[in-house]
Amino acid sequence: MTALSHEITQTSRAAGIPFILKRAFFNALVALVLFSLMVGVRTEAGPDGQLTYWPRFVELASLVGIVFGGSVVIELLRQWIGPSGAERLVPPALHSGLSFLGRYLAPALLIFTLLVPVIFYDQRYILDLAILVLTYVMLGWGLNVVVGLAGLLDLGYVAFYAVGAYSYALLATNFGWSFWICLPLAGILAAFWGVLLGFPVLRLRGDYLAIVTLAFGEIIRLVLINWQSLTGGPNGVPGIPRPTLFGIPLTNTDDGLAALLGIEFSPTHRIVFLFYLILALALLTNWVTIRLRRLPIGRAWEALREDEVACRALGINTTTTKLTAFATGAMFGGFAGAFFATRQGFISPESFTFQESALVLAIVVLGGMGSQLGVALAALTMIGGFELFRGLETYRMLVFGWAMVLIMIWRPRGLIGHRAPTVYLKKSQAISSDLVKEGHG
Amino acid sequence: MSGERILSVDQLTMRFGGIVAVQDLSFAADRRKITALIGPNGAGKTTVFNCITGFYKPTGGAIRLTHDDGKEIALERLNDFRIAKQAKVARTFQNIRLFPGMTVLENLMVAQHNMLMRASGFTFLGLIGAPNYRSAEAQAIDLATDWLKRVSLLDRADDAAGNLAYGDQRRLEIARAMCTGPALLCLDEPAAGLNARESAALSELLLSIRNDLGTSILLIEHDMSVVMEISDHIVVMDHGVKIAQGTPREVRDDPKVIAAYLGADEEEAMAVMESGS
Repeated sequence: MTALSHEITQTSRAAGIPFILKRAFFNALVALVLFSLMVGVRTEAGPDGQLTYWPRFVELASLVGIVFGGSVVIELLRQWIGPSGAERLVPPALHSGLSFLGRYLAPALLIFTLLVPVIFYDQRYILDLAILVLTYVMLGWGLNVVVGLAGLLDLGYVAFYAVGAYSYALLATNFGWSFWICLPLAGILAAFWGVLLGFPVLRLRGDYLAIVTLAFGEIIRLVLINWQSLTGGPNGVPGIPRPTLFGIPLTNTDDGLAALLGIEFSPTHRIVFLFYLILALALLTNWVTIRLRRLPIGRAWEALREDEVACRALGINTTTTKLTAFATGAMFGGFAGAFFATRQGFISPESFTFQESALVLAIVVLGGMGSQLGVALAALTMIGGFELFRGLETYRMLVFGWAMVLIMIWRPRGLIGHRAPTVYLKKSQAISSDLVKEGHG
Repeated sequence: MSGERILSVDQLTMRFGGIVAVQDLSFAADRRKITALIGPNGAGKTTVFNCITGFYKPTGGAIRLTHDDGKEIALERLNDFRIAKQAKVARTFQNIRLFPGMTVLENLMVAQHNMLMRASGFTFLGLIGAPNYRSAEAQAIDLATDWLKRVSLLDRADDAAGNLAYGDQRRLEIARAMCTGPALLCLDEPAAGLNARESAALSELLLSIRNDLGTSILLIEHDMSVVMEISDHIVVMDHGVKIAQGTPREVRDDPKVIAAYLGADEEEAMAVMESGS
């Protein structure tokens, strides 16, 4: 067996050189065609407004040369390392180490998160960043229900975030309702919009579903911009009340929390409170999702992702199953939105662009669809990592993009790709990501 | 006699555009019996199946299902999941449709969705951990374990369904259909791709489902050894119409059947005739 594979490598290496040159030549040809217009011709407006242009042969030649040389190097590396495969890139020792780490990672992470305000009490920047990360963890967990469990690709998740934020903002500023009354209302309203989105897309799958949900997200944003009398249009809703600790405000007044406890007032109290608030909301999302997975509805979501036709043959109402997935995911988005509104104190449609949807979806995909821990790690990587590269200034996006590509090459099915069963007879065995379907839409 | 009928198909017609897949087909399946639907490739057998199980809406005709308590259900008026849920018709697929990324046990739990859904108070009671949901889940696991024993997959219960061998997947799909507690079990080519030993085990399983549980079975099958061995009644189709019906012996000797098979596929015709000798 080993001798055979060795022989194959030998032959492929021997046949390699003309092959490599041929491949590099083609790559250089493509580069020539592309760059001849993009780089090879320089155009500029002349002094009288006419078009002046001149060829740049040296730049073009050097670029094509770089592509040729680069192709040769990449091909050589590929043959040297062997057939490209994600498995080869990670040594088995690291794999087993990771699985060991995985068992204790979640509790360790939770304890660390609980202690973050204690450790970083004086560092406002880190606390703000932690709140941001937790907001995205919660959004990721919410979207995970729709995309990861039910396998419905939703590109308009930000719409529910917006509905939640505006629900709280408008109810609180117009009627003066407290955060704790508005929070469930924001969730219910977002869930209602989730069902509303669910109905037209019930029959759609895959790309079509993605496009309609994308459009839905944009519609909500455009309505928010244009319905000036209600939402204030592009000016947004200012002066959203801060949350209170069950009626006790966190302000520097005589009835504030600091005065009641007899301690000195500090603006950090509010930040710490917000931190634990979003942590509680995120953990609620996590707890509910984990429980739902073990209930028939959660199993039906996953079965729907695996095979919709088989679900119908087993008497599962796929319509309500899909709608409950949309509604549940939207509800958590709505909670997160209400939190966002109370934290910012000001919201405008600018906060709810498609980029937010894309970011949350990227978190779910990067984390490994369906995995709660994976999503949390991915949110930490994406949001925290993005801040980490702040020092690189202009190159931040570039480095960040490269990092994401590398992670996806290393783990094509996300950081935690395997699936944990919801019920077992003797022993719970993780299911390989190769078998788990991604859903049809 | 009508009380003994579980399914009666009357003048069933199914057209796809200009193509008539099934034309005025009438037949009946008896309670606690195994009825086989056979015919050469393209005869319209799977179309009939899809009409009975609600995946197609028939162009014309009536499909009546009679439950044990005498309740009659018009299947052509129910659609989609309601046939499995209310009429209690379970089916398997020609190309196996399991949930490959879920464990064997989970596959059987999904099959008991409707029962568990009621027990969990449509999720709300289950979410707060109500005790009656827990007992219902334990019951569901018991039923699943029972079926895993019957199809001898108990030691594979916690493996991913997609990791099972082909023959095991076929048996699991039947177990999953049976976990829905069906009145009528519809099997689309259950022996396809099985070797002789697996086919024999399948025959035994189907006979035990009929004898021990009293479930009526309707099956499409190409494997004549299985059909002739276990069927109580055979309906033969060709080009969308019924050309013969009767006991295995009657069908085997029917010249029209032999002609249909000879016209379609020599090997299959030989199989029909050989199984008679």
